[in-house]
Amino acid sequence: MTRAGADPVSRALRNPRALPGWTLSEWDALVRQARRANLLSRVAVDLNDLGVLPSVPAAPRVHLDAALIVAQAQEEAVRREVAYIRTALTRCGIDIVLLKGAAYLVAGLPAARGRVFTDVDILVPEAALAEVEGALMLHGWATTHHNPYDQRYYRQWMHELPPLRHITRLTVLDVHHAILPPTARLKPDSAKLLAASRPIESKPRLRVLAPVDMVLHSATHLFHNEDLSSGLRDVADLDSLLRDFGREPAFWRELTGRASELDLARPLYYGLRYAQHFLETPVPPETLRAAEIGRPARWLQRAMDALFARGLQPDHPDLADRLTPLARQLLYVRAHWLRMPPLLLARHLTIKALRRDEEQAT
Amino acid sequence: MIVADLPPVELARQLAGRGIRLRTGPVVTAIHSRLSEVAQGLALHYAHHSVETTADFADFHVSVAPPATFRRWLRPQVLFAFDGKPPFLPLPRDQAFPLLEWGLNWCVSNHCHQYLIVHAAVVARSGRAALLPGPSGSGKSTLCAALVNRGWVLLSDELTLIDPLTGNVVPLPRPVSLKNASIEVIRGAFPQAVLGPVVYDTIKGSVAHMKPPAESVRRALEPVQPRWIVLPRFEAGAASRLSRLPKARAFMELADNAFNYSLHGRKGFAALAQTIDACDCHEFSYGALDDAMAVFDELARNA
Repeated sequence: MTRAGADPVSRALRNPRALPGWTLSEWDALVRQARRANLLSRVAVDLNDLGVLPSVPAAPRVHLDAALIVAQAQEEAVRREVAYIRTALTRCGIDIVLLKGAAYLVAGLPAARGRVFTDVDILVPEAALAEVEGALMLHGWATTHHNPYDQRYYRQWMHELPPLRHITRLTVLDVHHAILPPTARLKPDSAKLLAASRPIESKPRLRVLAPVDMVLHSATHLFHNEDLSSGLRDVADLDSLLRDFGREPAFWRELTGRASELDLARPLYYGLRYAQHFLETPVPPETLRAAEIGRPARWLQRAMDALFARGLQPDHPDLADRLTPLARQLLYVRAHWLRMPPLLLARHLTIKALRRDEEQAT
Repeated sequence: MIVADLPPVELARQLAGRGIRLRTGPVVTAIHSRLSEVAQGLALHYAHHSVETTADFADFHVSVAPPATFRRWLRPQVLFAFDGKPPFLPLPRDQAFPLLEWGLNWCVSNHCHQYLIVHAAVVARSGRAALLPGPSGSGKSTLCAALVNRGWVLLSDELTLIDPLTGNVVPLPRPVSLKNASIEVIRGAFPQAVLGPVVYDTIKGSVAHMKPPAESVRRALEPVQPRWIVLPRFEAGAASRLSRLPKARAFMELADNAFNYSLHGRKGFAALAQTIDACDCHEFSYGALDDAMAVFDELARNA
């Protein structure tokens, strides 16, 4: 039976202070699973911040050292990338809202510490999308997913352009105009998100979402994401944001109201629930009560608990039980189910399955 | 305990069961495989390497196994997996041992960022190391194999690990990978060298591995100061020519061949600069191995 938060990585994140006392066997499991979950550098940073890294046994310690080097390099790369993006979009005269990792980094949030970044995500007004894409292409970003089906999938149905890859730097940029696709069941109003966004001091034209919106976006992204290979990492982001913003009592009061306003009560409910289950995130009782408005029916909640306990833990053979592969598949289908109506979904999944078989057969 | 201490049946049994924890220099890899080619390859090439029996921590956990699809039986394939996930596409079954070697290289070059990792062969004489950087096809592996048969210590044939703190090269002695014509050249020049079976039609052509000398494996935990950087270029029929390489160019060559240079940022620049400062840098073209041996002997004498 898989219990949420029982895996070594969650245990390490909950109590890094105890790590120097772990046995080599436990470290073996932790290094492998944290690496798989993209959380090894986060563990390393936690230990470094506590000043106890030298107390870690030598054999695992070299991996933590290596992870710190990678994290530092990635942080610098993301800062550079954000600067390039800003330069490219100056002429458009719009404000660029950074999302997720890049936002945490540029805003100086604890959630950025030890984070593994894969691409940069930005949010722009839908009306400016064509101009933004044009400006980015002039500065060396090229579209990916060249086949007509994927292009239409993104442009017509999704809330983002097909990912752009820079031709020389090979970095990837996701340009969003909403945080969920127009075809999704939930309809958060992007205009409200943009209106509430905060500027970043010393960086004109760059903005980040307001704290409550950042938390809601993190939860929404996680519980709509078909790729859960970074699931626990996303839970860790959420935990970090909640702990940091949660020091202000006003934040908690605003959080549940804003969730209802943006039609995101369900993702918030799951976000708070699983952050608590995996990482023991402290959430005030009043907030939990108010968040109940987003709770699903009891049978569904039990099913989701079973699915997410398996889907959010690191994707590692030592953690998988008999139900884990099925759970992951169901969550994959669920993520698509949430993003598009049934007929569109059936067509989309069929095309993806056929294409995968085609690729494997060659 | 070393691999040779395990009778072949026992080696195969452990490899297929709990796995074998093989030490190669600073790296311990837990290897699992039911394939006889892998067991035989380990028994031959890694005879003198330590097996960790009591260690509870391995740096990497890998396996070489048939895929879960119908390709287990039809034109059989093998898959290298890292903690259960394959970083590469499957290969034909007869390439199982080269696949393991490429996989072990992948583990190091993608994870061991505590070192500066340079795509170079590195050998040592009298406590001084010679780095031979160069892309595939430059002849570095052939030269490395020859030097190693002439008394130079093998530190690595492919991945030079530089400790950024000390500037020393950390040994990673593993089988030397030989391709195409080099196989016969080395077999002909050094009949006493132990070569595994030739595997044909790989992506690199014909491939065979040469067992590292026992002495090199015994000294795997002794870091070595770098002393020479030699850019080899093999040209059939060419006279051997050793010329000085200006240090600025040598730096660029080394940086170009450093896998994880960009990860180390400023510290990487400083570490490479320190290495260049400490070394005599040369370009070396040669057409005959004997000439090459003489030149390197001369370098060692004048150290």
